[in-house]
Amino acid sequence: MELNSQLVSEVLASFVRDELNKAGFQRVVVGLSGGIDSAVSCFLAARALGAENVLAVMMPYKTSSQESMSDAQTIVAKLQIKSEVVEITPLVDGYFFSQSEASSLRRGNAMARARMIILFDKSMEHRSLVLGTSNKTELLLGYGTLYGDMASAINPIGDLYKTDIFNLARYLGIPKSILDKKPTADLWVGQSDEEELGFTYAAVDELLYELIDRRVSLRGLVRQGFNEEFVQQVVSKIRSSQFKRRGPVVCKVSPRSVTHDFHYLRDWGM
Amino acid sequence: MNFTVALAQMSPKLGVLSENIELHLNIIRQAKQGGAELVIFPELSLTGYILQDLVPDVAINPADTSQLHPLLEACREIDCVFGLVEVSDQFNYYNSAVYIAQGKIQHIHRKLYLPTYGMFDEMRFFAMGENLRTVQTPFGLMGLLICEDLWHPSTIFLHAQDGARVVITLSSSPARGVRGAEGFQTSQGWECLLKAMSQFYTIYNIYVNRTGIEDGVYFSGGSMVVGPSGEVLARGSSSGEDLIITELDLEEIRRTRLFTPLLRDERLDLTLRELSRITQQLSGSSRP
Repeated sequence: MELNSQLVSEVLASFVRDELNKAGFQRVVVGLSGGIDSAVSCFLAARALGAENVLAVMMPYKTSSQESMSDAQTIVAKLQIKSEVVEITPLVDGYFFSQSEASSLRRGNAMARARMIILFDKSMEHRSLVLGTSNKTELLLGYGTLYGDMASAINPIGDLYKTDIFNLARYLGIPKSILDKKPTADLWVGQSDEEELGFTYAAVDELLYELIDRRVSLRGLVRQGFNEEFVQQVVSKIRSSQFKRRGPVVCKVSPRSVTHDFHYLRDWGM
Repeated sequence: MNFTVALAQMSPKLGVLSENIELHLNIIRQAKQGGAELVIFPELSLTGYILQDLVPDVAINPADTSQLHPLLEACREIDCVFGLVEVSDQFNYYNSAVYIAQGKIQHIHRKLYLPTYGMFDEMRFFAMGENLRTVQTPFGLMGLLICEDLWHPSTIFLHAQDGARVVITLSSSPARGVRGAEGFQTSQGWECLLKAMSQFYTIYNIYVNRTGIEDGVYFSGGSMVVGPSGEVLARGSSSGEDLIITELDLEEIRRTRLFTPLLRDERLDLTLRELSRITQQLSGSSRP
């Protein structure tokens, strides 16, 4: 069933405002890639906080597509938010200079983590918090870099599937060029999320909604007409990426451990 | 008989008693100015909801109300219902609601049904209440319930049989379900339930739900007063703090019961007989 975009955009804007203000901040920094997820995060933040309180940081690598950059600039212009461009090429190449055999996956992870370093540094410079841009589909499939693009202080879109993001983006008035292009992490030339994953977001979101939100059993899913092999493939991706959704594992040796039985919200005292 | 009630749809600070007491005092002042004779706050209004290990730190033993002193003083000319963590002499912690009149605690309701599933974890931190009693107020007999209590219709059934003409439900209900045009799925659930319960028992239902966010958990307000024939008489904002001041006319109950004397026709002896048969059967055999 389709997302109630009006309700969701209001709730997410008040989420951003409330969680930010409680922590004593007025501003956010967002890594703006030119893709739809960071565009939606930016739009929500501008709605919640006013354009003057949103800093978009574009962080291209030498192989990043020019289209990504121009789409990001379109968003900056449309929202009239502040922006900065920080090239990550020197940071990334400085390390891989001595790692010439590194795979594109290793390089891609390093790019995502280089961007994380910059965003958290910028958040310190501007006394602001890093706004997250990971969606529920990515989080469930583990299609993101741990301590890279998955790192943020608050994430307004983490409970929305990719298809929900498209609906919300249309509602928010995000430019057509961004809505229409193929989703890509843009970590290497010609990369496509759907090709890499082996299925479309539309197909996997339909399955994830039944499996995760509605807790339909495997047998029930097959009865609904989902291909069994596809279901198994997705379930296995979710299971094998669980480590990305949890903090580091600590061995419990004391009566009360920070990681096991120290139960306080982050909003403690706020 | 008419009386004016204020529904204080507010957002407490998580685990900070002193600031929440100030917040209550401000709202009580506004409610008084608005002509209210009774002001009602949400579940755990003095403490916030997802307390976890903060529970013992914010607990109050009703035998020692020194911390509540300013609040009790403010409730000499207005009655007040609010939520707090209660600690007993046995060091059990309860998710409780208190009825204050003439500057004193007149009644305590301990939450009976503690949701411990999905996103909820109450039984880990709280003990369950064991009794359900109505409270005599200047506005007649009332019953207090806390959030999940209302999802067990036996609670409101008992209150109504016990003579409550107004049932007050304090709530910290996390909003969920954003597909479809009709707002949060959970808010629709509450409204449906409150209307049905008013119709079943021909009583007023007053529902006060909090607002605000705790670690991304969004509380959607939507407090309301439902009249004895199931109509929504007053409604709070579905997105933020609100103070809803409205008048209740208890004469409406008499009128409604002329048309639908459901309560008169209730067969408690039959219910009791069948219930004891069912409980005997259940205790005699292991449940499937």
